[in-house]
Amino acid sequence: MGSIKDKVAIVGMGCTKFGELWDKGQDDLIVEAALEAYEDAGIEQKDIEAAWVGTMFSGDTGRLLSEPLKLNYIPVTRVENMCATGSDAMRNAAYAVAAGVYDLVLALGFDKLKDTGWMGLGKVPFPSESRGLIGSQGMSGPSAFALLATAYFAKYGLSPEEGKRMIGMISVKSHRNGAKHPKAHLRREVTLEQVLNAPIIAWPLGLFDCCGVTDGAASAILCRADMAKNFRDDPVYIKALQISVGQNQGWCRTDFEFTSVYETVAAAKRAYAEADIKTPREEISMAQVHDCFSITEAIIMEDLEFSPRGKVKDDIDAGFFEMTGGLPCQTDGGLKSFGHPIGASGLRMMYECYKQLQGKCGERQLKDPKLGLTHNLGGFPATATVSCCIAGL
Amino acid sequence: MVGIRSYGAYIPLYRLDRSEIVKAWRSNFPVPGEKAVANYDEDSLTMAFAAGWDCLRGIDRKEIDGLFFASTTSPYKEKQASTIIAGAMALRRDILTADFGGSLRAGTIALRAAIDAVKAGSAKNILVTAADRRLSGANGLNEMFFGDGAGAVLVSNEAVAVDYVGGYTLSEDFMDMWRSDRDTFVRAYEERFIREGGYTRIVPEAVSAALNEYSLKPEDFAKLACFTDDPRHVNSAARILKFDPAQVQDPMFMTTGLTGTPMPLMLTVAALEEMKDGERVLVCGYGDGCDALIFKVNGQIENVRDRGGIKRHLESKHMMANYQQYVLWRGLMYMEPQSRPDRPTISLSALWRDREWGLALYGSKCKKCGTPQYPVQRVCQVCQSVDEYEPYCFSDKRGKLTSFSHDHLAITEVPPITVCIVDFEDGGRVSCNMTDREPDETTSGQDVEMTFRWMHYVGGVHSYWWKCKPVRF
Repeated sequence: MGSIKDKVAIVGMGCTKFGELWDKGQDDLIVEAALEAYEDAGIEQKDIEAAWVGTMFSGDTGRLLSEPLKLNYIPVTRVENMCATGSDAMRNAAYAVAAGVYDLVLALGFDKLKDTGWMGLGKVPFPSESRGLIGSQGMSGPSAFALLATAYFAKYGLSPEEGKRMIGMISVKSHRNGAKHPKAHLRREVTLEQVLNAPIIAWPLGLFDCCGVTDGAASAILCRADMAKNFRDDPVYIKALQISVGQNQGWCRTDFEFTSVYETVAAAKRAYAEADIKTPREEISMAQVHDCFSITEAIIMEDLEFSPRGKVKDDIDAGFFEMTGGLPCQTDGGLKSFGHPIGASGLRMMYECYKQLQGKCGERQLKDPKLGLTHNLGGFPATATVSCCIAGL
Repeated sequence: MVGIRSYGAYIPLYRLDRSEIVKAWRSNFPVPGEKAVANYDEDSLTMAFAAGWDCLRGIDRKEIDGLFFASTTSPYKEKQASTIIAGAMALRRDILTADFGGSLRAGTIALRAAIDAVKAGSAKNILVTAADRRLSGANGLNEMFFGDGAGAVLVSNEAVAVDYVGGYTLSEDFMDMWRSDRDTFVRAYEERFIREGGYTRIVPEAVSAALNEYSLKPEDFAKLACFTDDPRHVNSAARILKFDPAQVQDPMFMTTGLTGTPMPLMLTVAALEEMKDGERVLVCGYGDGCDALIFKVNGQIENVRDRGGIKRHLESKHMMANYQQYVLWRGLMYMEPQSRPDRPTISLSALWRDREWGLALYGSKCKKCGTPQYPVQRVCQVCQSVDEYEPYCFSDKRGKLTSFSHDHLAITEVPPITVCIVDFEDGGRVSCNMTDREPDETTSGQDVEMTFRWMHYVGGVHSYWWKCKPVRF
């Protein structure tokens, strides 16, 4: 099997303000994210040879991108892979460059989720529903992930109070980071007491254990690695791009414990091999992971081998994932605070890595990061679509 | 000899103390006791299923040649409920299914029809189920009176535990209680007319005729299992017939309320639970006439004691918090809708195609590695062998909760729904909702059993599927 490592570079990125953008349509978000990336890369739109656009809920076909931007009849493909949509759009773009077919391409992810009038996300498919049988039994995203919390607490002997405190600290950290980012959705610090006393959404997850539902877009300009310095002095190189997709194991197999997501383990393993990383806990400088719910982040830390099995609580208590810790996570606030326009999230994560690697994050700037990891988890823990990307200077 | 081979019953877990109704309406007519209330996800169809399931305990379901469903509250006007029940039970296809309705007497009419069919030799085993979940107007006596439940008997000509002696039927158009095609709530005419002009005239006439025809006297019976539309009327009829009050099977007015169509079957089950070899029971159905059916217990009765029946269902109960809960469950109030998307409509072709695993909770068991899986997996989850499986039934297995969540954001009329991962004792996993549970009492590792429930109503289609519930008894 081949490798993407150091074959493709990111030379420009854009990201809109995330939030409940009542006064902006999806075309506005697309134009803003694309123009920022063009300017950042110092290119003109006519230089782009092909494009990939990712969205889960906001429309079909490549015209989602070509129409608002007036792309010059170039190939555009719409990508959908649930919450890994943005990362997969970038992956497809990167592979086309690595294949030597294109020199300069655009990947853009977006979703306009706040025009539904609903709470939470929309229709969440259930196994039987995907076969058109019973229709939704009503299960929401929060409860599908709450299954992780109930099972994790039970397996590692945490009382509900201890467990909620552990995951509550994750949300406190993410809000603290997100509050400092001007483009984040929920820019407010919260206290652990607020988190623990919040209304229950899906037991044991409360309001602050759940990420925002957000509008936004993010984009990347990718080129051949050997051309990257023509655009800028500090391009960011892709070290690994992996996706893993489930086989319905968690709904079906009794050996699936709801304390680990197999696709994260598989995608990470392949990404570490691709990027030649032996000790991720030491080698990865920072991570933006799919904290759709606080418990998800806790389990991701173990699945990514950042924390030993069953021991993430020790790292959370020790502040290991804080800005000042050994492996800062969600440095921009994560899905929790920065927000989660599904198709955009993977590229938003890379936007943060890219800016951190280039040293452009001001008061949030980490000291001398070398490698950043982004991770998306789409679908349900029982059967997921997971992306794991690694980028570095 | 034709008769009853097995019996079963179902009474919902939930009971409403009538004082809650009195309190809600500041009623001047306090009625004592409690009534059984179907959960929001139970209707006549699911309760009939549950009673039939109880009745078939220890009996090979493939032996059943017919399934009858009697109710005045079928979920469908044009569409059989009995085929849904038969499908959920995974009965054979070459059987007779029939819905009986139109009268609260439908339970005994279905029973007579089953007896006649078995007698005539066109079937060997017919499962007769009856259930009702009737609605009355708020703050009326019938709101106090009515309760929900179901009964079932297996009519057979083999391994019979209760012999059918004979019966008498009288038909007469009589408007006492009714519901037109435009009504949701039961209507009733003047109470004295119902009692004097109807019940206490017609029931004694039919019972007397049955006794005469078979040369039996009231003292030849251990029990009179008789429908009644008022707890007092049955005693009046018994007095006229010279039955001793002790012979009258308690109509369960104080415990379930008056259940309507299933009442004669439920009272028969309650009677049979206490009766011994050689004793007779007179089963009486009423409504637009009267059925008086005579049965005699034989020694086989001891083989069908292992049932939920009436007694265990009555003992297992949970008192409802208040009257509002009842009103909510019956859908009698306009609830503020959740700001959640509408449910998608059901694909009827997919529903039909997937009927075995969708309705009967069948999965596959890999012939290579032996792993039970739900739903049917053409490619085995464990050993990946292709199309090497046999059908595997999960509905009659027990399991344990591996994980759960109480979901307040879920699309449901009655949040939270309890989302569960159930691992079965003999292998296999199903994710489903939990019902008949108290959220505070749900724990990882809890023992659960499966129960067939109403899921939702979209586009004119009632969907049914399985949930888990704490093991009831």
